[in-house]
Amino acid sequence: MSVILDQNRAPIHEALEKFRQMRVVPFDVPGHKRGRGNPELTEFLGQRCVSIDVNSMKPLDNLCHPVSVIREAEQLAAQAFGAAEAFLMVGGTTSSVQSMVLTACKRGDKIILPRNVHRSVINALILCGAVPVYVNPEVDRRLGISLGMKREQVEKAINEHPDAVAILVNNPTYYGVCSDLREIVRLAHSHGMLCLADEAHGTHFYFGKNFPVSAMEAGADMAAVSMHKSGGSLTQSSFLLAGPNVNAGYVRQIINLTQTTSGSYLLMSSLDISRRNLALRGEEIFSQVSRIAEYARDEINSIGGYYAFGREMINGDSVFDFDPVKLSVHTLDIGLAGIEVYDLLRDDYDIQIEFGDIGNILAYLSIGDRMSEVERLVSALAEIRRLHQRDKTGMLSQEYIPPQVIASPQESFYADKTSLPIMETEGMVCSEFVMCYPPGIPILAPGEKITKDILNYISYAKEKGCSMTGPEDPEIEYLNVLK
Amino acid sequence: MDIWFSEKHTPDVKLSLRIDRQLFSKESDYQRIDIFESCEFGRVLSLDGNIMLTERDAFIYNEMIVHVPMAVHKGIRKVLVIGAGDGGVVKELTRYSRIKKIDLVEMDSMVVEACRQYLPGNACQLDDERVFIHYENALKFIRYKENEYDLIIVDSSDPYGPSEGLFTKEFYGICYKALRDDGIMVNQQGSPFYKQDADAMQRSHKRIANTFPISRVYQAHIPTYAAGYWLFGFASKKYHPIDDLDTESWNELHLRTKYYTTRLHKGAFYLPAFLEEMLEEVEG
Repeated sequence: MSVILDQNRAPIHEALEKFRQMRVVPFDVPGHKRGRGNPELTEFLGQRCVSIDVNSMKPLDNLCHPVSVIREAEQLAAQAFGAAEAFLMVGGTTSSVQSMVLTACKRGDKIILPRNVHRSVINALILCGAVPVYVNPEVDRRLGISLGMKREQVEKAINEHPDAVAILVNNPTYYGVCSDLREIVRLAHSHGMLCLADEAHGTHFYFGKNFPVSAMEAGADMAAVSMHKSGGSLTQSSFLLAGPNVNAGYVRQIINLTQTTSGSYLLMSSLDISRRNLALRGEEIFSQVSRIAEYARDEINSIGGYYAFGREMINGDSVFDFDPVKLSVHTLDIGLAGIEVYDLLRDDYDIQIEFGDIGNILAYLSIGDRMSEVERLVSALAEIRRLHQRDKTGMLSQEYIPPQVIASPQESFYADKTSLPIMETEGMVCSEFVMCYPPGIPILAPGEKITKDILNYISYAKEKGCSMTGPEDPEIEYLNVLK
Repeated sequence: MDIWFSEKHTPDVKLSLRIDRQLFSKESDYQRIDIFESCEFGRVLSLDGNIMLTERDAFIYNEMIVHVPMAVHKGIRKVLVIGAGDGGVVKELTRYSRIKKIDLVEMDSMVVEACRQYLPGNACQLDDERVFIHYENALKFIRYKENEYDLIIVDSSDPYGPSEGLFTKEFYGICYKALRDDGIMVNQQGSPFYKQDADAMQRSHKRIANTFPISRVYQAHIPTYAAGYWLFGFASKKYHPIDDLDTESWNELHLRTKYYTTRLHKGAFYLPAFLEEMLEEVEG
């Protein structure tokens, strides 16, 4: 972009403030009419909030076809993120990820991706009928977590599937692990493929110093950025970014296939204001978050028994870089599964963390954190160790189970299927997802073969108290399999 | 001049003091600190608009939080005081020659500086050679201590605000760990009268009762606190606050007090019916 825009501006925010002062009489939707029709809701959310819950109109632009204030907000965001185009998204980063995949792939196309992707990626494959080519991520045996994709594995996948149209990369993973994104972009482009980045956990890469490279900086073609995670906007708001090689008009068409025509101005203004905040103050904010994370890691590691891992994981390939603001802690050495520590923190200490899995917990640090709460978290972890530590024999570590893809996700999801008790499904092909949520990374995806290892893993995770989702049967006692 | 300082005890109830003049007002990293000269209560320390102490009635609080545990446990040598940057609790503690060391952990150095300057009557013993002031987060300081103190006094501000961490299960747990096998923790437990205060009091009592084998509550009348009615928590690993009260040895010390007596000590643990009920509800 040749013109430098003023990042002090927040066009949607400004337009809403102006609109508020005009005291326009509403004979349009929403029907609560500035909250008057729903006093209980107004009491709960506040008058200021409901009075800007309005519909698109000329002075406020239209998310489906933005030409004025929303367009300006998008241009400001594009500049702030170093992208050619930015799209305001109101259906969560799930909608950004899906629009990205649907832009790149159509029915029958192959897409190269790591298996530890978020469910939204495979959901997009169900929608469009593309076929996944999985790169098995390396696994850290001690921690039981999936790492990034190695360059040579990506290259191998490209050579085996030269007809693939895109490569999707987690930047970073939930745990903060980054692959060599610049090199993967280079490989993709040299084989005529697009490179897409799921940056649901990487918003801050665009604003801080000493962070892993962001997708746009690395030359990736599209990125799904969860502004509402580390960036401070309201839940469900997100950005989709695109580089110069992507047809922005086509992306907008794709977005409009599934996006609401009544985009929420609460969400859009929160994106606008948060972008302004990060563009102006992001570097300072995230250096503070990094300091808090480093402090927390040091303190947790000095308790003994826990391992809060960080940049020492970097190995030049499968952990090409590590996000320093992620606070992941390995808990198995005190004889507790991550999910057990997660439950204790919430039930006994009123501390809610992002997730716990078999071997680890993740505390999400972001723009809103303060030292005093970190002291509580660290002290609670020390107390959990003092009161609950036990022998760790018999604790299962998380294993990466390489998926055996038998059919495409779309084919399997829509195929004729039958519901069987889960323990009788060994050897069959699953037609639905099974995952712990969070983190929402599928254990089984539609089209994958059900193995004994997978069934054992599912029953262990259930026993430890992981909250399982995906299948039609909410109790996860039955699974849908292909006939 | 007609200047009034008001503190809201609930959205619908406030306490107002007529002020002669304001002596100090500054925003620290943690809170707004004000010191007033009032007409009836002498100098007043306020944090974020809440009265922490007045010269007129601080003796009640300080005596009750210090002498109750001191009269029960004769072996107290090493004491940890949390908060209490005004120095009133320390001043009362330094009257005991058997105390050899007092660690005072206060996160906000500005409170100490302001009190040294404007409330010297309270802060006068902060320079006692047995007193060591640590400007630190209390959770962090105590986390590293094990089997070290005979008495911990938690002189915090209200549970909503910068002291929130001092009303948590993790805090009581690390205090338990930092105490010796016969150690005692005494804390200001808030007021049971207004709903919001009562809820917070119940929550923290529940956490203490789950952490310590002996956990009792005692009361005092403090005019400038909410409802004029204040509670303290007595949590202990070994000593019972009434059964182990050693009346004779305490009276032999001949400490002159204005509120505390060993007779009042026992009486303070006899609580009104509604409060007994509230405590039983969470003791399980």
